[in-house]
Amino acid sequence: MNEFWVLLTGSLVGITCGLTGVFLILRKTAMIADAISHTVLFGIVVAFMITQSLSGYWMLIGAAIAGLLTTFLVQVLQSGGLQEDAAIGVVFTSLFALGVLFITLFAGNVHLDVEHVLMGEIAFVPWDTWDVFGFSMPKAVWMLLFVLLLNVLFLVFFYKEIKLSTFDPVFALSIGLPILAMHYSYMTLVSLTTVAAFDSVGAVLVVAMLIGPAATAYLMSKSVSGMIVWSMTFGVTAAITGYYLAKLWNTSIAGMMAAMIGVIFMLVFLFKPHDGWIWKTFKRMKLQKTNIQANS
Amino acid sequence: MLTGNLLWVLVGAILLGIAAGLNGTFAFLQKQSLVGDAAAHAALPGIAIAYLIFQQKDLPILMLGAAITSALAVYMIQWIVGHSKLKADAAIGFVLSVFFGIGIVLLTIVNQTGAGNQSGLNDFIFGKAATMAKSDLVWLSSSALLIILMCLLFFKEWKLMIFDPVFAKGIGLPVERLRVLLTALTVLTIVTGIQAVGIILMSAMLIIPAAAARFWSNHLGIILVTSAFFGALSGALGTIVSSFRTGLSTGPIIVLCAASLFLISYFFAPTRGLISKSLKKKAFKQRNVAKEATNHE
Repeated sequence: MNEFWVLLTGSLVGITCGLTGVFLILRKTAMIADAISHTVLFGIVVAFMITQSLSGYWMLIGAAIAGLLTTFLVQVLQSGGLQEDAAIGVVFTSLFALGVLFITLFAGNVHLDVEHVLMGEIAFVPWDTWDVFGFSMPKAVWMLLFVLLLNVLFLVFFYKEIKLSTFDPVFALSIGLPILAMHYSYMTLVSLTTVAAFDSVGAVLVVAMLIGPAATAYLMSKSVSGMIVWSMTFGVTAAITGYYLAKLWNTSIAGMMAAMIGVIFMLVFLFKPHDGWIWKTFKRMKLQKTNIQANS
Repeated sequence: MLTGNLLWVLVGAILLGIAAGLNGTFAFLQKQSLVGDAAAHAALPGIAIAYLIFQQKDLPILMLGAAITSALAVYMIQWIVGHSKLKADAAIGFVLSVFFGIGIVLLTIVNQTGAGNQSGLNDFIFGKAATMAKSDLVWLSSSALLIILMCLLFFKEWKLMIFDPVFAKGIGLPVERLRVLLTALTVLTIVTGIQAVGIILMSAMLIIPAAAARFWSNHLGIILVTSAFFGALSGALGTIVSSFRTGLSTGPIIVLCAASLFLISYFFAPTRGLISKSLKKKAFKQRNVAKEATNHE
């Protein structure tokens, strides 16, 4: 049964992050997600310092605020004349350092240790349960289901709008879509997804799960809906294979899942028919050969 | 209180700050700041592999392993961007998280082997500047000195390469090789610093001083000097502040010192700072209003 919960949690992380990640890739904001996954630590520490509790709600709220703050600060620095990559770099490293400092100063003895935040402890997920409406399920599963629901609702209601503001922001603005509000609400969703996932799998795997499957799906499909399906499939596949390999070699589950994302990406990148790297190299060699023959 | 080891730590932190400040400026101007972040994360699997192969934690060996995987990560980012439709940000994020994930897998394996538990490899994630051994600090300082020297030596070539690569190629500079050299030096800077400030915050040392210095001037020479100065100052301040209390890790404090310098630059720098810019804008508007008024008379 414990194995089932761990697998379910991993798959839910794959589905939720895969879904959210698609628009990160399309909007070219992948590195903001990386930044948010680091600053979420800051949000959680501040939420703990204010409420003195480690309950899931406060963590979600603190993380959402930290995510918004990150997005906002990056935007402010950019409009202040700093290039985007440096703006992201300055904001997340500073907030992360502040988070680490706060932990050592004010929260030394609680369960909030930084290594846990980075690597997660998915193996412990089944023991931390919540009872809601008589159902007893692990806390991580409840939180992931809640965030997945939010993500699905957002996409159901604003699918057209987010697509338009992603591919043609100027047109979207001209027909009166609030593209800045869309950007911020989407980034809030990213931070909520991050915090729901990272309590169980750690910040590193969250970034891998947000970016990796969606980036692989971007290579596979030319339509947004196709990308979403591929991305979630890759996420779940990486979670399940990663879990069993980690069990086989007795090593970090989250790390192995991230490694599997890398393997899946490399498989698609190298072997995909028509535009995989090997196919393309082969075609180029063939072309060169025929050219040489034609010339001689 | 500035005796013995602490003095060495201070020297090391200052030299590291200067090296990262100089090198970071070049990376910043190439819009490659986040590549440094990926390279820093990618050092982790290298450290673990080096330890697994040689079963010892001599700094030069671990540094070599870290350098190899970091360089591999940078190369992979360029490869992915060059051979697919993925954009740079997605490639960076992907490579960063996957390499770090593999690093954690290997680190877990290291920690399970008998002596591995005491190997102290975990220190590499957050750094441990204040408790570094003297031999490690000598390594750190000499490597930082080498980086500083190289930056001064190739100043003119890199300047040309960054601002006008076509012209640089035209007068016969080996632009591609210069670019590889700069990347190699960035990797060396990261590898040098990770034991002191840690993998996650090492990229901050490359990014923040350079970004702060950019607000002070439009001349590369002045930006480089300012950035090196900010790096050194945050290294020194961070080391001293974190020595006041036990249990404070040095890495975060150094980064927070750099962040404070950044905030000061962002608001108060005379040429491009926020306040001077808005004052200039106001003066410009007033002048225009006055001109309009005289025109109407």
